[in-house]
Amino acid sequence: MTTESSGPAVAAHASAHKLFSLRRTWAIAANTFRDLVRQKVFYFMLVFGLFLIGTSLLTASISFQGQLQTVMDVCLGAMSVFTMLLAVLATAMLLPKDMEDRTLYTILAKPVSRFEYLVGKLAGVTMILLVATLLMTAAFLVVLYFWQGREIENLQLTEMPERAAAAIAKVKSGTFTSTLFGGIGVIFFRSIVCAGLTLMISCFSTSWLFTVIISLMVIFAGYLVPMARSVWQGPLGTAEVPTHTAILLRLITVFVPDMQLFNVVDDIAVGINVDADVFVRIAGLGAGYLLVYLFVGWLFFAWREL
Amino acid sequence: MKGRVLGILVLLAWGVAKFSFESRLEQRMENTRLGGFKPTVSLRQQAGQAGFIAALGGLRAAVADLLWIRAHTAWHDVQYGRMKLLFDTCTAMQPRRILFWDLSAWHMAWNGAAHIENHEPDPVVRKAKMREFFMVGKDFLQRGIESNPDSWELYERLGTLYKDKLKDFERASKAYDEASNRPGHLEYTRRFAAYALAEVPGREREAYERLMTLFNESEHEWLLTLFRHIQNLEAKLAIPDEQRIWRTVVKFAGTPGKAGSAYAALTDLIKTGSREPAVIEAARALEQKMDIPAERRVKLPAQDKRPTD
Repeated sequence: MTTESSGPAVAAHASAHKLFSLRRTWAIAANTFRDLVRQKVFYFMLVFGLFLIGTSLLTASISFQGQLQTVMDVCLGAMSVFTMLLAVLATAMLLPKDMEDRTLYTILAKPVSRFEYLVGKLAGVTMILLVATLLMTAAFLVVLYFWQGREIENLQLTEMPERAAAAIAKVKSGTFTSTLFGGIGVIFFRSIVCAGLTLMISCFSTSWLFTVIISLMVIFAGYLVPMARSVWQGPLGTAEVPTHTAILLRLITVFVPDMQLFNVVDDIAVGINVDADVFVRIAGLGAGYLLVYLFVGWLFFAWREL
Repeated sequence: MKGRVLGILVLLAWGVAKFSFESRLEQRMENTRLGGFKPTVSLRQQAGQAGFIAALGGLRAAVADLLWIRAHTAWHDVQYGRMKLLFDTCTAMQPRRILFWDLSAWHMAWNGAAHIENHEPDPVVRKAKMREFFMVGKDFLQRGIESNPDSWELYERLGTLYKDKLKDFERASKAYDEASNRPGHLEYTRRFAAYALAEVPGREREAYERLMTLFNESEHEWLLTLFRHIQNLEAKLAIPDEQRIWRTVVKFAGTPGKAGSAYAALTDLIKTGSREPAVIEAARALEQKMDIPAERRVKLPAQDKRPTD
C-alpha cells in the first residue's frame, strides 16, 4: 500500500504522532502566553514605569553632573533585574500550577510528548519576556530622550562653547547607539537563560517556592563564577584557598552559568563600543545554556512520576 | 532516578565543555575593556554587604551612582576623607566612567586642597597637606588613564593638574601631548602642550619651534597667550629682529579684508609686550581706517617698557 492510497485520515494520524510537532508546541506556547497575561504579569510594567519616573525625579533632585548617565545606569539595571525576576517567577509556577489545575494530565494524556510540553512552556515564557522587554525598552527610550534634551540644555548653559559643542556631539552620538540595543538584547537573552534554568529546576522540584529560591540562588552564584574560575585556573589547595573550598568553587564553575558574561550593560552604559562578535558569542553561549537546560529538564521530567 | 543521574551527567559534561569557551569569551571581553570591574575584598568592605551584592547582581552601575551621590553629600559636609573612600569605590565599580575619575581628581586636587589652604593656619603643614591632596588627585587621574587609555579628557586634566597645582611644566606638556594624540581631543590641548613646554627651563628652543609652528599654521592660532610666550622666548633666545613675529603681524595688517583680525592681533602683540614703532603705527593706522572710537583704542602704558615674565 502506498502513502497516496492511505488517504488524508492516515496522513493526519501520522502527523499527530510525529516525534516533535511545531503545531502542538505552538498551541502550548500560545496557551502559556495567554495564561500568563491573564495572571496580570504585566503589572510588572506598571511598577517598572513608576520606578523609571521616580528615578528620573530623584536623579534630578539629588544627582550632581551626569544625570543622563545616572538615569541610563539605573534604568538598564532595573530592566536587568525586572526581566530576571519576571523570568524566574513566571517560569517557576508553570508546572506546579498545571499540576494543581490537573491540566498537565489532560495535556499529557493526549498525543503530546513531554518534550513538546516543556518547549511550549518555555516558548510561552519567552514570548512574555520579549513583550516585557520591548515595553520596558520603549519606556526607557522615552525617559532617555527626555534626559538627553535636559543634558544638552545643561551643557549649553554651563560649558564653554568649544567644550559644549564637543560634549553635546558626544551626548548625541553616545546615547541611542546600536551597542545600547545590543545590550538590551543581551538582557533579554539572559532572561531566557534564567527561564530555562528555572524550568529545569522546576522539573524535579516539588514546590514553586523551592524552585524560586534555588533558581535565584543559582543565578546569584552565577555572578561569582569569574572568581570561582580564577581559582580553577590557579593551583589547587594553595595556602590562600583550602582544597575543599577550591573543589567547591570548581563545582560552581562547572554547574552554575556564568552570569557576568551576560552583564555587559554596565559597560555599554558608559559608552563602550562592543564588537558584534562579542554579542554573537554571548548569544551562542545563551543558546547553548538554553538547549542544555531544556534537555536536562526533559530528562528530569521524562522520568518523573506524575 | 535514572533521569536525574543522566541530567546531572549532561550538566557535568556541559560544564566542562563550556569552560574553555567562557574563559575565551571573558578574555575577549577584557581585551575590549569590557568588565574592567574586579570584585575584591576591599571593594566589598567599601560598598557594604548590600551594595556589593547588588553590584554583583547586575546593578553595579546603579550602585556606583548611588555611592557617587553619597560622595556629593560628603562634599557638602566637608568630609574629604569619606569622599576619597567613596570615590575609590565608585571608580572601582565603574572604571570606564571617565566622569568619576575626572571629578574625583578635581574634588581632591582642587576643592580639597583649597579647603586646606583656607583652613590650615600652619604654613608648613598647609603646604604638606595641600601637596597630599594634589597627589591624591594625580593618583585618581593616573589610575583612570590605566583603565581608559583612550581618554583625552583624563590626560588633559592631568596636564592641568601638573601645570596649575604641581608646577611641573615638563610633565604637563607631556600629558597635553598625550591628550592631543587621542581621538576626539579638542584643539586647545595641542596649544597647551606648547605653552607648558615654554615654561620648562632648558627646552626654550624646542618650545619656540613648536609655538612658531602654531603661529605659522593660521591666524586663528594668534592668541594672546601664544604671543606672550613667543615674545618671551624671542627675548630669551635672542631671535634676530627680522625673524620676530611682529613683522609677520604687521605684514598681515596690510592684507585687504583682514583689518578686524589684524587689529586684534596687533593689540594682542602690544598687550603682551611689543613696543616696536611699526606695530604701534600699524595699530593706529587701522584704528583710523576702521574708525574705532577713542575709548576702545589700544592704550600704551605710561612708561614704555617691556614687561618681564
